[in-house]
Amino acid sequence: MTSKRFDLLLILPLAIFTLAFLILPLARLAVEAGSGPGGLANFVAILTEARFRNSLFVTLILAVVTTVATLTVATIAAQTLANRKFLGRGLLLSLLTFPLAFPGVVVGFMIILFGGRLGLVGGVTKSLFGTNVIFAYSLFGLFLGYLYFSVPRVLLTILAAAEKLDPSLVEAARSLGAGPFAIQRDVVLPALFPAMYTAGALCFATAMGAFGTAFTLATNIDVVPMLIYTEFTLATNASMAAAISIALGLITWVTLAIARSHAMRGEGV
Amino acid sequence: MHRRWTSLAGIVVTALLTLFLVIPVLLSVYAGLTVSYARGMSAGFTLDWVRQVWELYSETVWRSLAVALLTLMLTLLIGVPGAYALVRRGGRFARVVEEIVTLPVAVPGLALALALILSYGNLGIFRQSTLFVVVGHVLFTLPFMMRAVIAVLETIDWRTLDEGAASLGAPAWRRFIDVILPNVRPGVVAGALTVLTLSIGEFNLTWMLHTPMTKTLPVGLADAYASMRLEIASAYTLVFLIMIIPLLIGIQLVAGLTEKRMTS
Amino acid sequence: MNSPNPTAAVRNGSSITTRGLTKTFNGHRVLQPTDLEIAAGEILVLLGPSGCGKTTLLRLIAGLEQSDGPDMIRFDGEDVSAVPIEKRDVGMVFQSYALFPNMTVAENVGYGLKIRKMPRAQREEETKRLLALVGLEEYAGRRISAVSGGQRQRTALARALAIKPRVLLLDEPLAALDAVLRERLRVEIGLLLREFGITAVYVTHDQAEAMAIGDRIAVMQRGRIVQIDAPREIYHRPINDFVADFVGTMNRVRGSVRAGALILDAGETTARIAVGGPDRETTLCFRPEAARLAVDGGAVRARIRATTFFGATQRLVAEVSPECQLQLDLPSNQSFVPGQIISFDIDPAAILEFKPES
Repeated sequence: MTSKRFDLLLILPLAIFTLAFLILPLARLAVEAGSGPGGLANFVAILTEARFRNSLFVTLILAVVTTVATLTVATIAAQTLANRKFLGRGLLLSLLTFPLAFPGVVVGFMIILFGGRLGLVGGVTKSLFGTNVIFAYSLFGLFLGYLYFSVPRVLLTILAAAEKLDPSLVEAARSLGAGPFAIQRDVVLPALFPAMYTAGALCFATAMGAFGTAFTLATNIDVVPMLIYTEFTLATNASMAAAISIALGLITWVTLAIARSHAMRGEGV
Repeated sequence: MHRRWTSLAGIVVTALLTLFLVIPVLLSVYAGLTVSYARGMSAGFTLDWVRQVWELYSETVWRSLAVALLTLMLTLLIGVPGAYALVRRGGRFARVVEEIVTLPVAVPGLALALALILSYGNLGIFRQSTLFVVVGHVLFTLPFMMRAVIAVLETIDWRTLDEGAASLGAPAWRRFIDVILPNVRPGVVAGALTVLTLSIGEFNLTWMLHTPMTKTLPVGLADAYASMRLEIASAYTLVFLIMIIPLLIGIQLVAGLTEKRMTS
Repeated sequence: MNSPNPTAAVRNGSSITTRGLTKTFNGHRVLQPTDLEIAAGEILVLLGPSGCGKTTLLRLIAGLEQSDGPDMIRFDGEDVSAVPIEKRDVGMVFQSYALFPNMTVAENVGYGLKIRKMPRAQREEETKRLLALVGLEEYAGRRISAVSGGQRQRTALARALAIKPRVLLLDEPLAALDAVLRERLRVEIGLLLREFGITAVYVTHDQAEAMAIGDRIAVMQRGRIVQIDAPREIYHRPINDFVADFVGTMNRVRGSVRAGALILDAGETTARIAVGGPDRETTLCFRPEAARLAVDGGAVRARIRATTFFGATQRLVAEVSPECQLQLDLPSNQSFVPGQIISFDIDPAAILEFKPES
């Protein structure tokens, strides 16, 4: 029938683009990863070679800590904002979600302004204690940068869930004598879990793949994306870069897939 | 008593968070307009740094705008019909396709850029053109456009609208243009603003894909952060902020309008 | 009695014939092979509970579903089975109306004409005429979201009629409206369809709506048309228990027929109701309004359990025996109290007897 042909026409551009610029390149990446002098040993090298292993370890820890910290502050802030009406609420929400659009490089620059050589914190500590505290180029600076770009997105997701939470649930729990911590544990957090899973997974995946912030801060900590970049451009070891890329892609994709299945199960209850 | 204590703590955390997010932005604006950041307020304010940025980097601003508009055009052409096709088709096939199309959200941009370079790096003209950057941006932004359109399609009764138009004699393509497209417009607009914002700010892919002749704004920013004095870097950041603020306001307005329509 | 009875002065529609129309969804047969003859200008109501296949049958006639086999649908003898809906010239009124929210009331009504490339001036003229017909002239420029449920319903009807379709198909067109509006529009639609003299197939699960609108009613059950007849016949001469119960309340009494007269099994009766026929054990059925209060010495004695006042009539729940409770509709001018003993007769002509179902 003609409508069948039209359906085909609708999906044709998407099919061509995805095939040419996503599936084919990813396949090419996989071939590249296995075709270097090391062959499939490239993948083993990620775990055996200290440089790669340490980098993977640091990145994983950083991503996990970022995710936990982001979820904590975002959940607190979301509950604080959810059912409060006050003057300038819209403006405050805009300010909080504004950095959503910042590329990693800009976020890195924000951290430099905050804790760099001419940074705000250093300036304050210098005038108070005579020492210029600089943390922008350390692991802590990197962590703050990741927090900076993670909070807005996670906050938006959890806020949406918190606003949907029926306030009478909390009132019912209070009428039954539940204290604030019991209410959090038994009523509020279970309702927010699907959103927290989804947002947390995305936060983790973004942190694993973030490149711009580390690039701007130019720390001596090699997070995995920096490693891919140096392997490819400086060491011109394309197959090793490809192997690390695939490993990184798999980790983030699996995390997202697991979180999504958890979130769906949470919503199903 | 407890409640008051906990909500006070919540307000403190929220306030600190706001300061953490806002203060660096204000510092950056201030630094871009001050005569000398090291000497502080007393040195006075100037637009000289912005002027210098414009002389050095105006090309990256125009290129970023061009890339964003081209990216938008392509995501509209590919994503809107594609989203409708997937929703129409439904079932496992549609889910698998959506999963594949959404991969660029999960897979780090650096890995995608590497894959593109390995596949098309030898096609000299394509590799050196701005189009190569655009392809990367489309890859990355397409899922956002499709998600926005699919979300709206799921809230309207598109099947009955389509059948209604069919019963009046409209052929399939006519139904798409007359009935489906106008009714998914909120999704298309939201998706378009997101695509523009993401494209203008994209760095991870672009840093790998660009050539000295195809630098975009964020690439220029990275350049300035590494090699220019703080005031110029800040002034350049200011230019970036001015470009994305209207888009962000637009996104919020659209979201507000959609919400109002849902509740009415 | 099976002959269609269109009251239309003018005939604007095609006749519809289906032969062996069948539909299966995921291995589940939702429509058994169905043969149907609908005369030009006739209004046929498909009536049945949800899941009986009535909407599927309508969507097959519309061309929105593909039948299982090379089954046949003819409009005026012309085979349209392979014609897609956009070429089939059917007017369709959907349960959710399927009005286009991006267009005004007038643009919705005129859309089919625009597709047919009718010149603008003529199209506007025609749209105006239809809007006047359904009383919506003042709302022509309004958005769909700015008119009421009843006005949306009328817009949907006008839009479907505007293209001068060969047949008009209505899928539960009043289901989304509240009771008062539903009752009013039921009458309006019936009049309008007859005025147009168009062939219409009307799907509903509401028996009162079916009675008010249909020239004939096809009662459906489990993918099959059980009975197809004029409303009066369906109500007074249902062919089985299912149809009898679906279109109204039915009382059942067990008893025996001896020498042509009914003797109830249970209760304190002096029943002598002439039903005729050979001696037998049987179940007889009658509708609540077939009962008549006897002044003295009626056929059946019963004790009143409850009364419900309806205005013009009242309904009594009366107990002949603990196993046999009856519902009786009586004029409302006389008052009864629970516990009171009454005696009543049953109109012999209104008594039905179904053959036991095999």
